[in-house]
Amino acid sequence: MPETVIELEELHKRYGPVAALDGLSLQVAKGTLYGLLGPNGAGKTTSLRILCTLLAPDSGSVRVAGLDALAQPRAVRELLGYVAQEVAIDKILSGRELLELQGALYHLPADRLQARLAELTDLLGMDAWIDRRCGTYSGGMRRRLDLASGLLHDPAVLVLDEPTVGLDIESRATIWQVLRRLRDQGTTVLLSSHYLEEVDALADRLAIIEGGRVIAEGSPTSLKNALGGDRVTLRVREFSDEVEAARVQQVLAACPGIQQMVVNRAQGHSLNLVVESEAVMEPLRRQLAAADLPVFSISQSRPSLDDVYLQATGRTLMDAELAVAGSRDPKAERKQAMR
Amino acid sequence: MTSAPSLTAPVPRPEAPQAARSALADLGQEILALTKRLFLQLARRPSTLVAGVLQPLIWLVLFGALFAKAPEGLLPDGMSYGRFLGAGVIVFTAFSAALNAGLPVMFDREFGFLNRLLVAPLRSRSSIVIASVLYITSLSLVQSLAIMATAALLGYGWPGAYGLLLVLITLLLLVFAVTGLSLGLAFALPGHIELIAVIFVVNLPLLFASTALAPISFMPAWLGWLAALNPLTFAIEPIRAAYAGNVSLTAVVLEAPYGDLTGAQCLLVLAVLAVGLFLLIRPLLDRKLS
Repeated sequence: MPETVIELEELHKRYGPVAALDGLSLQVAKGTLYGLLGPNGAGKTTSLRILCTLLAPDSGSVRVAGLDALAQPRAVRELLGYVAQEVAIDKILSGRELLELQGALYHLPADRLQARLAELTDLLGMDAWIDRRCGTYSGGMRRRLDLASGLLHDPAVLVLDEPTVGLDIESRATIWQVLRRLRDQGTTVLLSSHYLEEVDALADRLAIIEGGRVIAEGSPTSLKNALGGDRVTLRVREFSDEVEAARVQQVLAACPGIQQMVVNRAQGHSLNLVVESEAVMEPLRRQLAAADLPVFSISQSRPSLDDVYLQATGRTLMDAELAVAGSRDPKAERKQAMR
Repeated sequence: MTSAPSLTAPVPRPEAPQAARSALADLGQEILALTKRLFLQLARRPSTLVAGVLQPLIWLVLFGALFAKAPEGLLPDGMSYGRFLGAGVIVFTAFSAALNAGLPVMFDREFGFLNRLLVAPLRSRSSIVIASVLYITSLSLVQSLAIMATAALLGYGWPGAYGLLLVLITLLLLVFAVTGLSLGLAFALPGHIELIAVIFVVNLPLLFASTALAPISFMPAWLGWLAALNPLTFAIEPIRAAYAGNVSLTAVVLEAPYGDLTGAQCLLVLAVLAVGLFLLIRPLLDRKLS
């Protein structure tokens, strides 16, 4: 029976009229890599902040390795390493000095601190710039420094909030590699992300978060398999419109083996179909040809995590992100994060 | 380095590390580290230190020169204006430095560095406050000593060994009180712009409404009352007395409209103020830092 190392139960948190968390519950087993997937504003950052004892929930419980985080925050802090989304560094200090400060705050003895510093510098390739001032670092460097900072005291649980946002492909791959190895060596890793690819590639299990609650949970494979049916994306034209899409829907209504049909307005009015199996493709093409409709592209795949998301929330992750993008207020968010 | 460097420590994690380390050692370690960070920042950006000495220095030199030819016997005890002013500028230096104590904390709040500190298993979150107090106190005293040295060079006197001790204790009490006020503001106000505005507005008027630049006997009644209630005055008068060689704490140093106060009583007022302010801001700090 895998040991549960993180347990969040019925977390509620309001910021004024907005319910950031609305009964969020999840469990993370020891030694696994767990992903929280959802668009910005879904409640991922808030739940991670509550887990890391930065915030108190309005109600609900938080347990880490059996300890109650609300009753014994300090004991829980010793077990956790937190890599936040807003990389707060001190521009005047060098990376090394920042890590030394971090080590002192976690009460590492001097020799162990230096040993860890050397290991992490080597591992994350920070040698060339660790003695330069933090203010001179690029985004990728800052993120690596932050990761080193979270790992310095060798935590049992590493919590990361959107670890690869804004990074180039190489930095992203490095971080993925580090996280996988951490998991392999027994550290429990909990990360939040709005990148499907990241969660799909890394997570042993994931939870989809929307509106402050978990609406789907499981391993990527089991979630995908549970959906059943292949996905077909049909484009009669590179960028179609409402009218044409409606016409295509009408034409295909008669086609057997199509279980579901959705017009994807965000992606040039293409049609996302759920079909019984590959066998539907032939009759589909014939039907379109008969109706004199062109085919710009037609692609078929097994269910993806995007489909899992679509099924669980009613829209694709990209649509959800776009919907939120307009209403985000970075200033208000900064104020919220300010103590 | 081995071929596959371990991400976890090569030595096995101690099973009960907390019990083995003492709380005091931990506290010491974290306070030291936090204070060290503030000093590192100062070392790399010494403008605070320089400005903190330069401004009062200019005051001392210019103001002193302004009244250099003032008639003899104008001031109580026939003191020269330079000596009179000296005590005022020394206190002003310490006060200004302490008033800015909240700025680094405010920036940490705004830019998220405070969150980093709060995620760490600090023995006590007061370590953050203590580090600030230690840093500002050292800074204030160093700046004040620099001004005292300049005053001595300009011929405005030197308090002597016992007098120096008295001066330092007085400054210490004032700095504690004002640091408490500044830290409270740093946590109560929403941003650094508001904090700087408050500091700006408070700084000079408080100086003018004290006995730094002129004795109470020069002032109209209303200003005299303000000056006699101004915390700066309670620091300035004992220091002025120390400079005059009058180190007896039972001698009257302040002749206020409401009565006379001895040196000991002035220091008591400052001590009460310091303790009172920290008690006042404690619920605010608890709320913000927990």
